Order: sequence, then structure tokens, then C-alpha cells
Amino acid sequence: MTRKLTRRHVLAASVATGAGAFATPVRGAPPEAQKITPALIEAAKKEGKFSWYTSVDLALSEKVANAFEAKYPGVKVKVERSGAERNYQRIGQEYQNKIYNCDVVNSSDAAHLIVWKRASMLAPFVPEEVAQYFPAAHRDPDGMFASWRITLCPVAYNTKLVKVEEAPKSYADLVDPKWMGKIVKAHPGYSGTIMTATQQLSRDLGWAWFEKLAKLKVMQVQSATEPPKKLAQGERAVMADGGEYIVEELKTRGEPVEIVYPTEGTPLITGPSGIMARAPNPNASRLFHAWSMTREAQQLNIDVGALRSAHALAKDRPDMKKFSDIKTLREEPDVVADQADALKAQYLKIFKV
Amino acid sequence: MTRDLSRPILLAVSALLAAMIVLPVGWLLVVSLTDKEGGATLANFVALFTDPTFVDPLVTTLIIACSVSVICCLVAAPLGWLVARTDMPLARTVRTLVMASLVTPPFVGAIAWEMLAAPNSGLLNQLWRLVSGMPADEALFDIYSLTGLIFVISCYTFPYVFILVANALDRMPGELEDASSMLGAKTWQTARRITVPLALPTLLAGALVAFLQALNLFGSPAILAIPAGFHTLTTRIWSLFQFPPKPELAAAASVPLLVLTILLLRAQAMALGRRGYAVLGGKYGAPRPIRLGWLRGPAVALALFILAMPLFLPYAALFNSAFSRVASRIVTPETITLHNVRFTFLELSSTMPALKNTFLLATASATLGALLALLIAYIVARKAVRGHRVLAFLATAPLAIPGIVLGVGLFLAYTRPPLALYGTLWILLIAFVTIELPAAYQQLGSAFHAVHPELEEAGRMLGATQLRTLADITAPLLRSAVIATWCFIFVATIRELSAAVILFTSETKVLSVLIFDLKESGDVGAIAVLSLSMVAITTVVIAAANRLHARPQVRPAT
Repeated sequence: MTRKLTRRHVLAASVATGAGAFATPVRGAPPEAQKITPALIEAAKKEGKFSWYTSVDLALSEKVANAFEAKYPGVKVKVERSGAERNYQRIGQEYQNKIYNCDVVNSSDAAHLIVWKRASMLAPFVPEEVAQYFPAAHRDPDGMFASWRITLCPVAYNTKLVKVEEAPKSYADLVDPKWMGKIVKAHPGYSGTIMTATQQLSRDLGWAWFEKLAKLKVMQVQSATEPPKKLAQGERAVMADGGEYIVEELKTRGEPVEIVYPTEGTPLITGPSGIMARAPNPNASRLFHAWSMTREAQQLNIDVGALRSAHALAKDRPDMKKFSDIKTLREEPDVVADQADALKAQYLKIFKV
Repeated sequence: MTRDLSRPILLAVSALLAAMIVLPVGWLLVVSLTDKEGGATLANFVALFTDPTFVDPLVTTLIIACSVSVICCLVAAPLGWLVARTDMPLARTVRTLVMASLVTPPFVGAIAWEMLAAPNSGLLNQLWRLVSGMPADEALFDIYSLTGLIFVISCYTFPYVFILVANALDRMPGELEDASSMLGAKTWQTARRITVPLALPTLLAGALVAFLQALNLFGSPAILAIPAGFHTLTTRIWSLFQFPPKPELAAAASVPLLVLTILLLRAQAMALGRRGYAVLGGKYGAPRPIRLGWLRGPAVALALFILAMPLFLPYAALFNSAFSRVASRIVTPETITLHNVRFTFLELSSTMPALKNTFLLATASATLGALLALLIAYIVARKAVRGHRVLAFLATAPLAIPGIVLGVGLFLAYTRPPLALYGTLWILLIAFVTIELPAAYQQLGSAFHAVHPELEEAGRMLGATQLRTLADITAPLLRSAVIATWCFIFVATIRELSAAVILFTSETKVLSVLIFDLKESGDVGAIAVLSLSMVAITTVVIAAANRLHARPQVRPAT
């Protein structure tokens, strides 16, 4: 049998662990920051296309792709959108079979980037603006990846079905039997956002909280982008988890949805991006990666997509709660990397799917 | 004189078939009996049968399959009888529409029923609240439930049973019924004592077909069972392919499905084998339609009501969400939007590659599959090589391999040398041809029985090779059957999901997988647009093919 690349294997091979968001061993000086040069643009145009594997919401990913194509005509983006865990599995399966389709990858499960880095599957590349404007916590010291997007995984409700005063304020409120059959939630086996949130919530609230939740006949969907859509449709009254940016975007469109940042704290979801070492279109990849981290592109993420940004010059949307005012739960991608299988198994045991 | 290439070609076909089936199934069995280090073990099976996350889905699946089978018979038998044996108005239309409902991929049907009968946002529930004043948190229908799933699977399975029953009733000799009434039996007595017993074997076969369909279906359970918090066998196998992938467990989980399917097919063959007495004999008069009298109205109403389930209601829901911003709202002239259409065709970068892949694969599978089925049917019907029975067996064997199991098997077989086909369209082509071969072979096989060998013998006596006879004499006579088979494979390929969902890569995504992907992220509008396009393409192809063979059909030569 061929050997499978699993997180555990990769982790067993690696010695170093440590605290901090992106705890990977520093392998000497980080590569020099790169500008978007006319030569790079030319080389990218020669390749003409590349694949971007991402787990950001489909509509937003296509908007990002369109903005890039408008800025650099002649370089086409092929968006491969699926759940972060699906993409992770697919890339693993494709690489095992020597299929190198993926150029640039973005995951809402930051642990993936750590695993890929340790397996030497990423290429170092530091865009100029990442070096200049991204805090250390949001860029890999070896230049393998940087946080392309940040979002939260809050609770939300449909304002037509739930009155403000009755809405849950905390995770403790959420497991009240009065929500029986009224909750929708996404799946950590599909979504990186939910995987990350599940680790944080099981750490801070304990699995007992999930067991209580599972008794409430929760509607189980896959993507973290779906619970907000189910709220807007009125299919369920409350969502236990899901992407903040999707709820915000639906709110902007006038749908009856409202966010709750639970009093215990809201799971923080960092979505880093990197370039694959075996990217078939390395120049187009670099151009896109560099562009996606610019102030302009990051501001687009915020304005059009309601995401948060690590870019120092990017401005929060006035209609969104200020990031600094929200109590967030601590992110531990290295722990997620280590425990992903166990987390999924536990989840399957509790929720049956 | 040209050398007769028949024999080598025929042998090559046999070898190809053997490889197509033996390779995936062989690897499946080997991997299911192997541990991570490569040693022989039964541990995978032990792990499965002691694990409630596997045993529960097995039980659930059996419940679903039994229920679907019973419901399909209860619906299809009366409907088939009404259409075939009575003077119900619109009988032809009803028959065509039931067939047409088969064009709908079951997973699209499941998505449409989600729009209709989701407990809160479902259009039917909303409507019922409006009419009856039912409170907002109660629901008339809950599609995310075992009953909901059984209902939706039945909607898209009963047409198979219906076709079997209606065809059998068509062929049933009218004389027997005439004799019965001449001897003084009343209409209902005749029906009970003659028609029903004659149709019973077919119905039993139909029940088994429905059971198999429900057993091996992947799309509908994936869409409806998982939100409801349970797995079926197929979705569980698929979930074993998610991260961290456990192909050895997936392989082991596939084995019970495989064994069950083989057993049921044996049972079906026995049931159908007895059908002989219903059609045996010389020429009979066309059966006499039974007069329904004042029941004609209620009968046609019942037929249309049944048709609303797989056809009218789901398509209304799909059209509604294709042109609506939010699927749970009824489109009005003020709210109608082309947003979804624009998004699907102009912004969604996967649409065009997926359409291209799908079209390419469907055309290639249909052509290759029809050709292969023709060759095999010919060899078997004319006993052209020794061991032709083996060929017949091999050509029908894939019936026993559920799509998802074949997907797993092909994945295991073609992700290693010498044929590392994973990641190419070839592996999908092999999957589709293998899956559709049995039906294609059966269609063409029965067509061959209608062509008397003496025509071919004449060609052979005049010095033509076997292959040349096949090309110049037999094939033209079978023209309409070949076209029908081609269409059949084309349509079936377009809607195939269960094998494709295991075998695709980002570069080889097909329409069904794209729709499934969109489903997982809840992009309902784009799904509606793509599903409707899919059905439109299929319908156009079938219509075109129907025009092609609108020419006089080949009559039995005897």
C-alpha cells in the first residue's frame, strides 16, 4: 500500500511544537519580500491561468477572481471552491497520485497550512505588503503563508422568527430546550471554519455542551456558509455556527438576520493562503497571491465580502461591530493539526453524521 | 480475401470486459482484506460490524429499501394498469410523463423537494400555514426525516416499476381475459383471477428493482439524510473517503452492498424467469381496454396527482428558485431576477468546464457503450465465440456493483501503476461505460432476438466476414434500438453522481458533482439553474434522437 499523508504522519515526523498561532520551526532568514513587477505580470500572462483552491463563499470567491482578472487581463482564475476540509482531502488525494492541479490555496482551517508546510508542499513567497503591513501573528516566519482573511464564527438568528429579547446571548442560552428543532449548524468534516470553532468550543465549553446541543434535533448542513442562508430562508430560527461574513452580507442585502457574539467569546477563524511548491503556474500564482494581500484586495474582502483583514491599512466597515470590541476565543491551529481526527471522531459520535 | 478479424476482436472484447469488472472488484476485495501494513486481515470487517456508526446506517438502509419497494409497487401497479388496460383519458400522455420523470436525476429531485417540503421554509408548508393557519413552528411535511427520504426516493424509483408493469400488461394476451369474461366472469373478477396473477411475477421483479435502486442510491440520502442526522450505507461509504480517508474501511463497507445486490439480482432473475408464461405463445389480439365508466375522471385525476410528485411540483420549485433571490419565496413579477442565471453562466468559473466535461463524457460513454453492448449482444445472440455465456455474464455483472462501490473499486484500481488514470477523464469514462453496460446490453440483446439469423447467414454465405455482416446487415436493422441505447447511456451518464463523486478531481468535475458541491454550500439558485439546464440538454438530446429514428421501425423478421 502506498503511504498516506495524514496529519499524524506529518506531525510525527516533525519535532518542533510550541505556542503561538503559526508555530512552525524557523528555517533561517525569511525570503525577501517581493514587489509586483512588470516582469512578474508578463510571466503570469504567459501562463495565462491558474487554479485557486479556496473555501471562502462561492459568490465572494468569484468576485475576487473577477476583480483580479479585471486588474490583470489575460490571467484567468479557475476557482475551486469547496469546504476547507474537502479541499484538504482532495489536495492530499491528488498529490498522492501525482496530480498537481492546485496553484494557490486558501483554507479556513489554519492547521492545513502548517501540515502542508511541514510536508514541504508550499513554496516560500512573501508579498511586499505582507512584509510591510501584516503583524507577525499573521505571516509565516518562513514566508510560506499569510492570513488572507479573518472572520468569526458567531451565533445568529432570524429576526422574524425570534424577538431580540428572546435571542440567545451565550452558548449556554443556545442549549436551552426551547430551541428544540430550531437550530442549524455546519459540519467540521466539511468546513475549516467549523473545524476550528469546534476545537475552540470543545476546549472552552467541553464536549458536554455539544452533547446538550445534539439533543436539540439540530439540522446538520455542511458548509459554514450555509447556516446563514438557512436563516435567511426562514428554515431554522437560530444558527449555532457559521461564517460571520455571510450573515453580515445577507444583512446588508436586507435579509432578516442578526448576529450574536456569545458572552463566552466568539471563535476566531484565520484563513491563510499559500502557493503550492508544485504549482503548475508559479508566476500567475505569485501575482495573484501578492495582489490578494494588497490593501486594495483586502479592502475588497471587507467591503464586498464583510471579512476582516490583518492588513494594517485596511479599514473596518462602519456597519460591522469593531473587531477590537469583540471578545474572541483563542485560536490554536497547531492543536487542531494534532487533534483533527480525534475531533471529527468525537463529533461523529455525538451528532451521528 | 480479407482476413477474418472477428475472432481476435471478439476475444479482445472479452478481455476488456473482464478487466473492466475484475480489476475494480478485485482491488476492492483485496483492499478490504488488507491492513495498513499490507498484511491479510479481517479486522476491517470486524471494525465495521462492531461499530454502531456503521451498523446503524446498514439497518436504516434496509428499512428505506423495503419501504421504497412496497410504496413503488403500490403506486406503480394501479397506475400501470390504468395506463395499459383501461380507457382512462390521457393514458398516452401519462405514460410519456412518467417516463419523462426519469430524466430528473434523483439528487435534483431531492433538492427540489427540499425547496417544497423543508419543515419551515418549504413552499408547501408555507402554503399550508397560509390556508390552515397552522402556527409558524409546526410543519405539515418534514423532508429531513426517514419518511421524507423514503418518499423522495420512491418518487424517482416508481417509474422503473411502472415501465415494467405497463409493458408486461401491454404484452399480456387479451384472449385469456376474453375467455374469462365469456365464461361469465365480471370485469373485476377477471382482473383479480387473470390479470393480477399474470402480472405478479413482473411486479415482484419491479419490487426488487426498486429495492436495488433505493439500496444503492447516493444523491438523495446525501442531501436529505445528513441534515436529518443519519447516514445510509452509501453516504457512510462516501464519508469514509473524506479526510482522513480510510479506503480499506470503505472497501470493506462496500462488500455487504455488493453481496446483497448480487443476491437480489439472483432473486430477480428467478422472478422474471417465470414471467415466460405470460407472454408465451403465438400471436394474440391486442388486449381489450377495460371500461372505467364514471371512474374515468377520478382515474385520470389520480394519475395526475401521482405525477405531481416527481414532476409538476419539483419543477415548479426549481423554476421558482432559479428566478428568485431567496429560494423560500415565491417569485412575483416584482421580485423576479436573472441574478442566478447570470451568476451561474457568467461568474461561476466551474460551469463551463463542467458542462464541457459532462458533454464530452456523455457522448463518449454513449458511443463506446452502445458499440460495446452491440458487439457483446451480437456475440451472445449468435453464439459467435465459445464461452459466449461468460461474456453475457460479464456484461450484466456491473448491475451487481453499486455506483459508489464501483467508484471506490475504480479509485483503488486506477490510482496505481500500470494504469494511473485517476485525475483524467478516462477513469470517469470507464466508470460510466461499466455502469451503463448491463442496461445497454439487455436492450440490444432483446433487439437481437427480433432479427432472424437467416439474414446474417445469407450475408455470411455470400462471403462477408462476421464483422462485416454485423456492420452491413444487422446493425442497420437494429438502428432504432442502437439509437435508443445511445440515448439511454447519454442520459444516464449526465445524471450519474455516485461514482463521479468518488472519482473526480478539480480538472475533471462534471455537472452532477458541481451541483452536489453547490448543494453543500447552500447555493440553491445556481443549483436550480444548473439542474434545469441539465434536464433541458437531456430533453433536447432525446428529442433529437427520437426524430432520428422516427423512420419506419424494424419489425421482427419472423
